[in-house]
Amino acid sequence: MLPTGGGHGLPSAPDGVGSGDGRGRGEPPPVPETPGSAGPATPDPAGSPLAGSQSADSPLGAEQAGIDPEFPPAAGRHQDPDQAHRLPMFRSAGFRFAAIYAVLLAVSAGSIGYYVWWATAGLLDRQVEAAIGTDWQGLAERWAERDVPGLVQTIDDRLMQNVDDDAIYLLVGPGLHPLAGNLERWPITVQASGPLYELDVSRAGIRSLAMVRSYDLPGGYHLLIGRDVQVRAQLRRLLTDAMLWALVILVALATVGALVVRSLFRRAIANVSATATAIAAGDLGQRVEISGRGDEFDQLAEVINDMLDRIGRLMDGVRQVSNAIAHDLRTPITRARTRLEDAALHAETTDDLRAAIERATQDLDGIVAVFQALLRIAEIEAGSRRAAFTRIDVAPLLADLAELYGAVAEEKGIALETDLPGALPTFGDSTLIQQAVANLLDNAVKFSPAAGTVRLGAALGPTGVAIRVADQGPGIPAGDLDRATQRFFRGEAARHTPGSGLGLTLVQAVAHLHGGSLRLEANPGGGLMAVLSLPLPEDGEQSNRDVTRSPLA
Amino acid sequence: MRILVVEDDKDVAGFVVRGLREAGHVVEHADNGRDGLFLAASESFDAVILDRMLPGGIDGLKILETLRGQKNTVPVLILSALADVDERVKGLKAGGDDYLTKPFAFAELLARVEALARRGKGEGPVTKLVVEDLELDLLSRQVKRAGQKVDLQPREFRLLEYLMRHAGQVVTRTMLLEGVWDYHFDPQTNVIDVHVSRLRQKVDKPFPTPLIHTVRNAGYMLRADQV
Repeated sequence: MLPTGGGHGLPSAPDGVGSGDGRGRGEPPPVPETPGSAGPATPDPAGSPLAGSQSADSPLGAEQAGIDPEFPPAAGRHQDPDQAHRLPMFRSAGFRFAAIYAVLLAVSAGSIGYYVWWATAGLLDRQVEAAIGTDWQGLAERWAERDVPGLVQTIDDRLMQNVDDDAIYLLVGPGLHPLAGNLERWPITVQASGPLYELDVSRAGIRSLAMVRSYDLPGGYHLLIGRDVQVRAQLRRLLTDAMLWALVILVALATVGALVVRSLFRRAIANVSATATAIAAGDLGQRVEISGRGDEFDQLAEVINDMLDRIGRLMDGVRQVSNAIAHDLRTPITRARTRLEDAALHAETTDDLRAAIERATQDLDGIVAVFQALLRIAEIEAGSRRAAFTRIDVAPLLADLAELYGAVAEEKGIALETDLPGALPTFGDSTLIQQAVANLLDNAVKFSPAAGTVRLGAALGPTGVAIRVADQGPGIPAGDLDRATQRFFRGEAARHTPGSGLGLTLVQAVAHLHGGSLRLEANPGGGLMAVLSLPLPEDGEQSNRDVTRSPLA
Repeated sequence: MRILVVEDDKDVAGFVVRGLREAGHVVEHADNGRDGLFLAASESFDAVILDRMLPGGIDGLKILETLRGQKNTVPVLILSALADVDERVKGLKAGGDDYLTKPFAFAELLARVEALARRGKGEGPVTKLVVEDLELDLLSRQVKRAGQKVDLQPREFRLLEYLMRHAGQVVTRTMLLEGVWDYHFDPQTNVIDVHVSRLRQKVDKPFPTPLIHTVRNAGYMLRADQV
């Protein structure tokens, strides 16, 4: 059927457009615009990061050069070969979308137009043909029954009964002598039987348009059956006119629509592009505006903003670390340097010298340890360490750690009490969790008073695993709790204990990497309680997947 | 033992070579990747100390991959300033047997290289470790000293087993932490010292001669006093 044929045309059309647009054009590869060769068409300085796309996209450039912005390639090719390198215009995605829109519109409208034609003008023709066919069947039966007189009689009857006065009959004997019918003579143009003829006829002195078909009868008789289609022809002419006008309107609409599509597309990405340019220029505070419609562009903007936030946080982290290094490592470096210089100037025996060098080496080892801790924290915070994430049971890890630190506690006269359930499933990196809990235990044992108690407890709740490490040490004043996880923070009580001030920072980084948290609070029995929360295995896996999946995909 | 050092930094290489020679080893040195690969492939060594970033177009990992590609199983210790966990994994995946990051203490390097070289000798599965009058039965998980049964916790047993497997060698705290506890981070407190001292209480204290010795600035060594 024809409409299906039109339907087939639709989906294949964009493909054709696509290939023609992308590969089949046969133009030279994108030559970067060299200053001077194109004169006015390069308004952007070459240094601008968006120079290429802007100049490619710019309608101004094309118009200045006298090219119809809608169809520059043909103009560029045929009118002025020098303009060929202006083709980046073609490469513009805005132009491409506009062109696709225009072509899709044209193909759709063409298909609908064809269908309308088929369903109206075509239908009339088919009706005429069917009427002629029916007539012939009736007349042929008459002929078979009663030969020439019967046929003549029937034709006369039918002409009499024809209210619309549109029927045309002509029965001729051998030598084209008219026997019956309403035509004066056999039309010259009608030569053979079979095809449908469209011809001018003169009937009762009125000229008119008719569609006729001739049938051969035995004995040299010929029968002409037709219909006057003058009115139908007028209708068809009206229809043709309307179609032509529709075509003109269609071209206009497609052009306007394409321009609208292109400008919409540009406006949608202009926002992102402007933000990116500002950021490339150094203004990291810029964010892509969100329209609030919640559409794909908003989602894109949100993804980009999230990315920028993350970059911003990382940059802050880097800045913080470099500041910390500058300030906090100065002290131990100074100490090592002083020791060495002092030994070089004042050491009197080789043993003194050796001792000083050894102590300086220890200082340097301490500095290296701080560096390693900083790098490790940075590595964890950057979130690049999820490769080793699996479903793990934390309970045996905690039992091992309790055993490791139990001996240390005992040595100091501190009791390490554990309260661990049988299984604590979560999703994470066991080495990192071990290290985090080790840091908490290390702190607790370090700050506990002699004969104190350190409690390592864990529980599986609805939101995941909560690991508690509580001590009876001096704790952290409420005002400092928030700052306790910052790099190099050392509480008043920790001033005279060894340590780098990075332990809790690392614990927090590990917690965040796992999608959990570190909470510090006052232990009800005095001292500090640290709660490390880790998500349930399912939630952890889910968030791990989310991290790597785009909402737009 | 014959040890190959592939290291381009003059100071580090000189220090390592001198230290290894003082410890009684025969040392060859290459200061670029090409010579290093040539030496490692053409001569026989008990261990190779390999820097990762080398001049001459062939870096440490490439040397390692080439050697392993030729079914050369010489123990290789990678010595590198690339300290990231991922880099470490990369080095071990390429066929490295151990990975030590710079800066390093020479005692640590020496202990690890000697452990590697010894391991390379491959003595087959053992069921019983014996040092002097100390016996450790790996099947019945029992420890006896001078015929007397010594009761040990499971972790103490593994600690003693590790020390006895490396009898006569220096074992650093990091090696113990990695080998006995399988921890790959540095606990700030000297937890290892505490555990070793507890082991000593049981294994050495009741007997006239100590077997577990502290090696200053390095770690521990289990050995008979008169060797």
